Order: sequence, then C-alpha cells, then structure tokens
Amino acid sequence: MPAEANRADLSAQGGEKMGEMGEIFWWVVFPYLTLAIMIVGSLYRFAYNQLSWVAPSTEIFEKKWLRIGSPLFHYGLLFAFIGHVMGMVIPIEFYRGLGISDHLYHDFAIYGGGVAGLMVVAGAVILLIRKMTVDRVRIHATFADFFSVISLIIVAGLGVYITLVYNTTVLEYEYRTTIGPWFRSLFVFRPQYELMTAVPFLFQLHVITAFALFASIPFTRLVHLYSVPVHYPLRAPQQYRSRSRYRRKRI
Amino acid sequence: MNVKAQVAMVMHLDKCIGCHTCSVTCKTTWTNRPGMEYIWFNNVETRPGPGYPKRWEDQDRYKGGWEYSNGKLRLRAGGALSKLAKIFYNPNMGTLDDYYEPWTYDYRHLIEGERSDYVLSARPKSMITGKYIDQPEWGSNWDDDLAGGSEVVPMDPNVEKLQEHIAMEYEKTFMMYLPRICEHCLNPSCVASCPSGALYKRDEDGIVLVDQEECRGWRFCMNGCPYNKVYYNWNTHKAEKCNFCYPRTEAGLPTICSETCVGRIRYIGVVLYDADKVKAAASVEDPQNLYEAQLGCFLDPFDPEVIAEAREAGINDEWIRSAQESPVYKMAMKWKIALPLHPEYRTLPMVWYVPPLSPIMNHITNEEELSTDGYIPAVDQMRIPMQYLASILAADDTEVIRRVLLKLTAMRVHMRSVNVGGVDELAKSRLLEEAGIDTETVEDMARLLGVSKYSERFVIPTGRREMDGDELHYEQGACSIEDLAPPEGMTTYPFERGR
Ligand code: SF4
Ligand code: SF4
Repeated sequence: MPAEANRADLSAQGGEKMGEMGEIFWWVVFPYLTLAIMIVGSLYRFAYNQLSWVAPSTEIFEKKWLRIGSPLFHYGLLFAFIGHVMGMVIPIEFYRGLGISDHLYHDFAIYGGGVAGLMVVAGAVILLIRKMTVDRVRIHATFADFFSVISLIIVAGLGVYITLVYNTTVLEYEYRTTIGPWFRSLFVFRPQYELMTAVPFLFQLHVITAFALFASIPFTRLVHLYSVPVHYPLRAPQQYRSRSRYRRKRI
Repeated sequence: MNVKAQVAMVMHLDKCIGCHTCSVTCKTTWTNRPGMEYIWFNNVETRPGPGYPKRWEDQDRYKGGWEYSNGKLRLRAGGALSKLAKIFYNPNMGTLDDYYEPWTYDYRHLIEGERSDYVLSARPKSMITGKYIDQPEWGSNWDDDLAGGSEVVPMDPNVEKLQEHIAMEYEKTFMMYLPRICEHCLNPSCVASCPSGALYKRDEDGIVLVDQEECRGWRFCMNGCPYNKVYYNWNTHKAEKCNFCYPRTEAGLPTICSETCVGRIRYIGVVLYDADKVKAAASVEDPQNLYEAQLGCFLDPFDPEVIAEAREAGINDEWIRSAQESPVYKMAMKWKIALPLHPEYRTLPMVWYVPPLSPIMNHITNEEELSTDGYIPAVDQMRIPMQYLASILAADDTEVIRRVLLKLTAMRVHMRSVNVGGVDELAKSRLLEEAGIDTETVEDMARLLGVSKYSERFVIPTGRREMDGDELHYEQGACSIEDLAPPEGMTTYPFERGR
C-alpha cells in the first residue's frame, strides 16, 4: 500500500520538524481554541446582535460583476463543502467497502475538488476586484469584509494547489488515513494529533489557515452562512403574526 | 368565515395637488437615516411617467407579484426552490440607478472656499460615495409635472400599452399625480418572497412589517413586491418598508402622510374581510375579475352574523364600530368609487384610489348651456384617456373606470343643481340613473369627498392593548426604541472615509 508507506517515512521527518509541544498546540489546542471562538462568538452575536446578522449584499450598488462572481464563489463553496464531507467525515473504509478503489476516489477528488476549488478562487478574486474597484462597494466595505475575502482566497488557493498541483505532481496523498481520522477524532474529544505529524506541510497549512478562518466567522459577514434559509420551501407562503406574538423575544 | 380587520386607505386623486408634503413628512419621520437616502416610503409620481423606481410597473423585468398559470397561483419571480437557487444573485432586482443616486451639496465650500472673481457654488456630492457628481441625471421626482416631456413620458409602461397616441403639446396633453405607499396587501407577495419569514402581516390590523431582527438581507422582497415598495437599506443591509405609521395608528392617529396631506385626499378606515376567501380571490383566472373577487372578500360590518363572527375572532366593539363608520368601506365597497391599484398583480392591495375627474371635458366651453345628457358622452372623451386609467386601476377594464367617472360626474351635476341651480331636473335624474346612484348617496359622497372633517376622514380605533397581557407594566419608563434602532449606534456615513 503506497499510502501507508508514505506515511511511515514522512512521519519520521515531520516528527523531527516539530516538537511534541508544537504538535499538541497545532493539532489539539489550536483547533479547539478556534472552534470555541467560532461557536461562542457566533452564539453571542446571535443572541445579542441580531440586527447585525445579515448577508450584507451589495447587489443594490453593482450587479454586473456580482452576477459572475457571486454564484461562482458560492456554488464553488457549496461543492467544496460536500467534497470535504466526503473526504474528512466519511471514513476511507466506507469507500473501500463499496469497492471504490483509492485511485478512482482520487481521480474523482482531483477533478471534482479541483473544479470546485477553482470556482471558489475565481469567484472570490472577482468579488475582491469588484470590492476594490467599484466606488460604491469599496467605500462601504469594512476591514472585516476584505479580511474575509482575502483569507478565503488564501485557504481555497492552498486547497486548489494541493488538489491540482501537489496531488498530481508530487504525490497522490492519502489524507483519508491521516487528516480525516484526525478531524473526526476532534469531535469525539480524543484528538489523535500524532496522525497529523506526518502530513505534508502544504496540507498542514491548509488546515491551520482554515481553522483560523473559522475563528473569524463571528466577527465578519460570514455569519450569514448559518442562516441559509433551508426551511423556506416548507413554510406557508403567507405569514400572519398576532400582537401577542410579534413582540420582541427576550433572551 | 375567518374574520380579520384591516386598516386601509383611499386616496381621492382629484384633490392631489402634487405638493409632496406627504413624501417629505414621511421621509423626515422614517427614512432620514444613512442607508435610506434613496428611500421614499411615500412618493408622489407624475403620470404619465416612469415612476419611482423607474418603470416599476414593468413586471417582465422586475417579476413582481403573482401569476396564475396552469390552475395555480405562484410568485412570478419563481417559487421557493428557484429562489434558493438564485439567492447569490437576484437577476430581477433593481439597483440604485433604477431609483437614483442621492446627493447633497457641498455647502461648506460656500463658507470656506477661497475668495475669487466668481460666485462660489455648492457642487452636488453623492451621499453614497461622497464624491462630486458633476451632472446629476436622475433624482427623486426628476420628471415632476411632466418635466421630462416627450423624452420621459414614453418610459411609462402604461403608455406603451395605449393604442392612441398621447399628445405632448402643452394644450393637449394630460397629467395626474399618483401618490404611492405600500399597499398592505391581503395577499402580499413580499411576505411570500421572503426566505427567512421576516416579513409578516399583522393579524389584528393587517399592517405588513419587516421583522428587523429576522431579516437576513436576501432581497427577494424588493422586486417580489410588484409595487416596488420594499427597500434595501445599504447601511443595515436589511429590508425596510412603509409601516403604515403603526405607532400612530395604534394610538388612533392617521399616518403622517395622511395627517399632513395638504389636499386632504387621504382617508383611513377599518375594513373587515374573510381571510379564508383571500387565496381564491387572488386565483380567479381573468385579471379583470380580480376587482370583483377582492370586493367579495370584504364583509358587511352591519351584518349581525359578521359581527358575531368578528367578536368570536376577538375583534372588539371599538373596531367593529370603526368598520361601520369607515370612510374606506363607504368609498370602496358601498359606493364603489375607489379602485385598487393594479389589481392584476393579484396581491389584493388595500390602498385604493378614486380616479381623477378634473381634467375632463376640456371641450365643454360653456358649462351653463350644457344639457345634462351631454355629460354622459363627455365622460367617454376625457383628457386622461380612459384606457390609461384602466391600465393603472382596473386591469385594462375601461367599463369599471367609466362607471366610477359617471358617478363622480353625476355627483358634480347634482351638487351644482343644489348649490347653483339651473340644471334640468329630468335630465339630471337620467344621469343619476345611468350612474346607478340616488340623490341621498350622491350627497353623502359629496360631503365625504368635499368637505368632510378630520374625524370623518380618519376613523381609526386604537391598537388592541388588551392583547398585550401584563408585560407592559414592566416596560414603563423604558425607551421603546433604545436597543431596537439606536439612531447613532449602528450607522456610518461614508463621507469621511470616502474623501
Ligand atoms: S405593496 Fe406592500 S404589502 Fe403589498 S406586496 Fe408590496 S410591500 Fe408587500
Ligand atoms: S400631501 Fe396630499 S396633496 Fe400633497 S402630494 Fe401628498 S397626497 Fe398629494
């Protein structure tokens, strides 16, 4: 099994590069810290600052560039999310059980993930240029707005690079035996940080920047991702509210 | 029967003088905050003209309101799933340029500018970017009083439909004002368009509001409303709309636009309706039947059965009494002289209009000698083409407009005979008969339309505090808007940053 072999010799290298404390910091403390900031921060903002909880659209100011950039970016993100669920959440044994060979999986991941990633990066770059060049949009953009877009470009750019370039030129890295189990181990509160030590540096960087981005969510416009109105198709078209119901909810 | 009460408005267009007092008082009350400079909950547009936002009646573009197809009533802009697919980019929504880029003037330059040989001027400066606008090209009421002439008039979607050519020569053309607010519809498409469920219709008075805490800025309401009366506040990134001045109406006061209306064209009253009939009424196949179908939703407030059902539904006696004295009930339902704006949008709007009569009969040179019978053909040859009014108020059914204009003419002739005399009694009664009304009704109408006092024009019961429970005691002494909309807290003006 080539993947297993890779893991063995890289683990020796990685272990040397980063001390035990460093490993615990990056693969245990840091993810939990960032996730905690994300969760607590989001809950706090949801509870105390509903008025700021929006998808701050600028479509009213400009819609020609938005028409290309925004769907490209958002749909790309949606596909990328699905791809990450497939790679990180669903264990490799599941695919093997179904008889999907590792090679077939990777071919699919490279094409599917590559396209999704490119959509995200291209969309975000268009949105960033729009944000920098269209007066009406730029003047009302905040630091947090730029921060979100730029960090998304960095995280997604790294993702695209490791999917399309690294995986095809350096080695077809089997993250489903390392990053995947490590990621899942975080959620059962038994973080197996040792799984991450051997992971190639670019993959590590993608993970770290992604977690840093998660921590920023409550402080930026990204909170709107929690509010995707999936319940819309299910509710009655007309909404009546009676006086006894429309007063402000106390939290 | 599912009885609900609705506060509704009628505007008597004959009396609107186009002074914009209503718009200005509304603006200073509700939309004078950053992010809302371009927003006019109340606007008065000169017709024929494109209106505000430009060509808002062009539903091929904005896709507002409902359509009836294959036996189903559906949102013209698409159902829930197609909305979710378009949530990242809404192709039908207008942009600021469809409204206008609001600006102020650089007054400071008048004081601080260098001394020079020329008179200093205050240049227009965008309130969006803070940059100078050298040549404003459109603004609120840019086309006021037909001041865009033959360039702007053809932009009116109703004019495009007209068969006959509209004369633009000064002595031959026509003009009317159309003041508009949110219609507080019985079947609001803005509510149905909102993915978050933030828009709602109040059960007890029918006012349609946006819950500012639940709005997530998905923007489908903006063009989902066929009247384009939901606006996007670019500063808070949330939707805002006319709220029928609910803090005033709850206190029994008319909306600020009505209170300050110089022409006294506005009437506010309660109407009882059967909420169970709304969907069926909005789903009649022929758009020309929508007016009758909507009338069919309203309930007679004097009918004992209706009164019993209303009480059952928790509507108190003050509201029932107000419904009985309602000027809206009289004009829209009893006398049928007020008509809904664009009934073909199928939202069942609740701000109705008495069509204008004044500019007709331009060919009647000597009214003294006109035989009363002459008025009947005169109605058909008005200066404002009947098709034009029908396109706005009756889904192109000129017969509906004709009936109303005939009533208004009959009223005018009758009141002339009472006050001035000299009208042939026999011919007058023929006119009344043709119009389908009796002298008593005509005199009631003349009073309400002509000389009615504040208390007759506005019959508004106070809000139903009994529904509040005990909680309000604990709110005594608190500032009601403290953390809801801090005027200075969450707003930013771009100027400093834009400079
Ligand atoms: S007119 Fe008012 S109630 Fe009717 S759809 Fe538009 S915003 Fe909604
Ligand atoms: S205040 Fe009254 S008369 Fe003046 S424009 Fe408004 S509706 Fe017309």
